Parts: sequence; C-alpha cells; structure tokens
Amino acid sequence: MNAIRTVLAAGVMALLVSPAQAAGGGAHAPEHHWSHSDLFGTFDQAALRRGAQVYKEVCSACHGLRLVAYRNLMEIGFSEGEVKAIAAEKEVPAEPNDEGEVEMRPAIPADKFVSPFPNENAARAANGGAYPPDLSLIVKARPGGADYIHALLTGYKEEPPAGVTVPDGMNYNEYFAGNMIAMAPPLFEDGVQFADGTKATVEQMSEDVTVFLAWAAEPELEERKRMGIKVILFLLVLTGLLYVVKRRIWADVH
Amino acid sequence: MSKFQKPAWLDNGLVRWVDHRLPIFTFMSHELYEYPTPRNLNYWWNFGSLAGIVLVIMIVTGITLAMHYTPHTALAFDSVERIMRDVNYGWLIRYIHMNGASMFFIVVYIHIFRGLYFGSYKAPREILWMLGVVILLLMMATAFMGYVLPWGQMSFWGATVITNLFSAIPWGIGDWIVTLLWGGFAVDNPTLNRFYSLHYLLPFVIVGVVVLHIWALHVHGSNNPIGIDTKGEQDVIPFHPYYTVKDMFGLGVFLIVFALFIFFAPNYMGHPDNYIPANALSTPAHIVPEWYFLPFYAILRAVPDNFIGGWTTEWLGFIIFEAKLAGVLAMFGAIAVLFVLPWLDRSPVRSSRFRPMYKWFFWIFAIDCVVLGYMGALPAEGIYIVIGRIATVYYFAHFLVIIPLLAKFEKTRELPKSISEPVLGGGGGGAAGAAAKPMEKA
Repeated sequence: MNAIRTVLAAGVMALLVSPAQAAGGGAHAPEHHWSHSDLFGTFDQAALRRGAQVYKEVCSACHGLRLVAYRNLMEIGFSEGEVKAIAAEKEVPAEPNDEGEVEMRPAIPADKFVSPFPNENAARAANGGAYPPDLSLIVKARPGGADYIHALLTGYKEEPPAGVTVPDGMNYNEYFAGNMIAMAPPLFEDGVQFADGTKATVEQMSEDVTVFLAWAAEPELEERKRMGIKVILFLLVLTGLLYVVKRRIWADVH
Repeated sequence: MSKFQKPAWLDNGLVRWVDHRLPIFTFMSHELYEYPTPRNLNYWWNFGSLAGIVLVIMIVTGITLAMHYTPHTALAFDSVERIMRDVNYGWLIRYIHMNGASMFFIVVYIHIFRGLYFGSYKAPREILWMLGVVILLLMMATAFMGYVLPWGQMSFWGATVITNLFSAIPWGIGDWIVTLLWGGFAVDNPTLNRFYSLHYLLPFVIVGVVVLHIWALHVHGSNNPIGIDTKGEQDVIPFHPYYTVKDMFGLGVFLIVFALFIFFAPNYMGHPDNYIPANALSTPAHIVPEWYFLPFYAILRAVPDNFIGGWTTEWLGFIIFEAKLAGVLAMFGAIAVLFVLPWLDRSPVRSSRFRPMYKWFFWIFAIDCVVLGYMGALPAEGIYIVIGRIATVYYFAHFLVIIPLLAKFEKTRELPKSISEPVLGGGGGGAAGAAAKPMEKA
C-alpha cells in the first residue's frame, strides 16, 4: 500500500497531497505494520476474532457499531450458532403486535449491532457530557486510520508532561487532538480472556480491536484487492495488445 | 481521396434503407472514416476522448447509484453505507464514481493545459475553447453538488461555505440566491434534495455542451503539436482507424491508473471527515474542498480583508464592496479570464514549440497553479497567506499582462511549411521536427 501510494503520489498527483489534513494538537501516530494494509494483504483472521471479542467485552459498553450487522460476523469466521448467540444477547423493538404495542425481542443475525445508548443525549448523560462516537467507520474517518486508532488506545499517559494540568473527567493522551480525551484508558492487562490462549496485553488487545474496526469500516477490502489484481492483469494484457494493434495500423503512416 | 474511403458497410441494403430515411450512417462515415485529422497528433491529444469516456462512466455509475441512494438528511449517509456494504458490488460502483470525479478533473485539466501549450484556443477555434470552459464550469457545479450527497461532515460544511459565497453579492441579490440554493435559511433537507436533483440533471447538460464542443471541433478539425493549419492530404489521416486505435490504447493506460485507485487506494483522494455523518453543531478543524477545487479556493482566500472594501468606501463611497465579494469575484474571474483568452493572446503562432518565451511562461504558470493548489490545502495563516497572494496575482498577471505583452514582443521561431514536411522530411523541420519525432514513434 505504501509503495503504491509513493508511486502514485510521485506523478501527476503531487497536487493532491494536502498537508493540512492532519488534525492539530496530537502527536503523529507512529506507523504500524498491518497485514491488511499491504498491497495484496488480507486481514489477520485470528486478530479479527480476538478484536471482535475486545469490541464486544470492552468498547461496546459505550461505542456503537450501528452499520455492521451481526450476520456480517460470519464473514470473519464466526459460525451461525455463535452469531445467533451474540445477537440474542441484545434486544431490539419488535414489529407492533396485534394490540399495536411495540415489545422488545431478542436481536437476530439480520439486525444491526445494537448501540449502547438510544440517542446522543443519553450517551452524553451517561459519559459526563462526552459523546462516544460510533465505531463502524472510525478507521476510515480519522487521518492516520488504523495507525491512529492503535496509537490512541495505547497512547495514554498516567503522568501528563510537566506544566500540563488535566481537568477533572479528562485523561491525557499523546495522540488525541488537544491531548485531553474524555475516554478513560479502556484497555487493561488481561482485561479479556482470549480463547486462543493469546496473552491479553494492552498492546495485543489494541492491535486486535483495531484490525476488527478496520474490517468493520472496510468489509469489502479483501474482495476489492482480489478483484483489483485480476482487473489490473486483464488491463495490462489488453493495453499491451492494443499497443501492438496501434503499431500495426500506424505502420503505413510512419 | 484514397485514404478517405467510405466504409464498405455503407452499401449494405439495410444500412442504405435506414440511411435514406435517417442519414445516421452517412454521418458516422463522414465524422469518423472521412474525417481528416492531422497526422502528427501526440499523446496529449488523447485526453479529449478520454474525458468523454469518463463522462459516460460517471453517468452510468451515477444512474446505478441513484437506484440505491436516498436523498434525505436522516438517511443519505446510511444509504451510501448500505451501497458500500449490502448492495451487490455497490462498493465497486461507488468507488468508481467517487474516484471517477477526480479522474475526470485530472483528464480535463491535462486537456486544458494541452490547449494552453499548443495554442488550441486561437482562431478559428475560439468558440470550441469557450464551450470547453462552459463544460469546466458545469463540471465544477456538478462535482460540488455530488460531494454534498453522502451528507458527511465535509459534504455539509463544504456546502455551507460555498453556498455562503453567493451572499457576498450586494443589493440583496446574494441573500436571495443563497435562500434559493438552500431552499430555506440553512443547509438542510431541501438543499440536499435540490442538489440531488441538479446533480442528476447537469451531467446531461454537459453531454449537450460536449456535443456542441465536438461539433465545433469537427468544423476545422484538431489543432496539432506544430500548430499550423493542415495543407492537404499529405498532412492528414482519417480519424478511423488511426486515432480510434490510438485512443483505445490511451484508454487502456488510463484505466490501469484509474483501477489502481479504485481497488488499492480508493480513499486516497478523499477526506476522512466525510466518513463522519454531517453535524450542524460541530465544525471540522479545517474545511477543505476536494483537491480539484484547491487552486480556486486559494484564490478565494487570497484577497485581503480590507481589499477594495477600504478603498471603495473611502474613495468611491457609493459602491459597497466587501472583501468577501472581491474574493468571490477573483475566484470566478480565474475562470472568466479563460473565456477571453483567445483575445488576450494575439500572437499569430499557436504552438509553444515556436514560441521560446511563452513556453517558459507556460511552465511557470503550470507551477503557479500547483502552488495555488497547495496553498488551498494549507491553513490560511502566516507565510501561506503571502505565498497564496503572490501566486494569485501571478495567475492573473499571466493572462492579463504576460500573454498580451508576449504577443507584442516575443520573437517566434520560423514555422515549418507544412505538417508533413518536418514529420517526413527527416530533420528538415529543425527543432520542431526533432521534438515531434520521438512522440510520433509511439
């Protein structure tokens, strides 16, 4: 990905680089290697599964994932039974019954992830005035993408730099714009118990949930790249043939 | 007329039957098989037909997207995400359309700069050129309104900033226009609805102007890298098959670049903020337009706050100008000046190959446009403001001062006698022949 970006940026695209797009006030997120960011790279399947668990057991207490459906989890290796069980933990409004009353029913795989709060006001009321954003597109919606999310999750400092006072209800984070973030450090060593035996360090959980959120933002990524390779190969052959045809047709002009 | 033969299929019975009633086949034969095209066009001439093809791609993908998109402030963002996630190959169609807008501008900007370099705007092609400027304006309006449709943060705030520009027009007219654009008193659902409607309409208006553009082109035919008129059959070749196949090859190269973006860097030219749903209560840190508007955005912001405003109220008194209006006038002036370019440049020589000074100023101007683009992306503060102002002044100076002066004082090189002479004469055309040769080989 980086290689291709460099190549593209070097050409006519020089115009497109807009340095203003980095958010002010936070440190630049260090580059991290993500398998899905490679040119032909795919998501780390084990990380996706662990990341889904981190989202479910930690993030989902405050953050929604409203654009992703439970059934989508089957695309990353969850079985139908597992997905049904995960969905059934939440409730959604049912169709009005014969009396016209709307009752609650357990969610099914076709439902979208149920957000933790019914609306923004409820979310703010429960979080000291701060609004935990929905995470469906968070990796696409932040400059730096996955690097930024990972840096943010691991960028908390217990002691802020000298001379910086952290207001009540705020936390110091190296990478957040303005450095003051309402979200308390969400990840703690062994905060979750991974089924595959991976040690749940903060770094590990942060990486895994970032991969999961990258998938949530771009579920088409693997299909897109697979198709892209085929399309480019086809176009290379076609263009090569067209070049030969062009040469032959023009032969009598030169 | 050996080279320019009517195709054999014109003799087919059915073709002749139809053609007798609607001469569409005669038309095709005339505009493709018998249409004389300079033999020395280089690859910069590919970008006109490329632009036409991109327009078709945009219309086809756009109509498909419209089948799934919902133009309502509460649903627009989610309907786009539904296209990305649930519609079969929706992500592909949407990424083609999204990146296609950028590709369209890249192709058209190259097309325009080719015209500037080789003097394609000069007589007898002034109307052809002006129709092209009209197409550019229509493209800008269409692209701007299209960018509003996903109803992300940049959609909303871009729409707010750009529509507000019109409020700079004095005497109440501006406010009236803004209310008309908004369909109310803020950017809201009526705005989204009418932008959607117009975004669907304008591409077909573009098609109409493109037809006029090609019509005007086919009256006198293409300009060429040497910039002299064709002087007979030895200078020209039929459009088909020579340029159809050359355009096809160029299309292949273009599609490879296009596909690299679509499949491997689909959001490279976009802004992350547009994946955040529109929120009227939260302004993004930097409101940045799409890259293809950045040079014009820089010109808009280059006008100092007290410019004209200070002067006119003091010296003229009766004209109430605001700095904002001056900025808006400068921005639209940057395109308006292109309309009158054929009359600003009175040099009888078209091609830069025979204009040693204009050639340099052309490249300085091209760099100036890139600098403006950068300044449009950067925050308007400190040294960037100064650079933006200098680049803006230079932009206008290029058209209003340098080009008219060059026409008077530049010593142009001697023109070759005909196109076929430098191409076939093997060095007989001097510098032009040498320069033309490598490109022709391709």
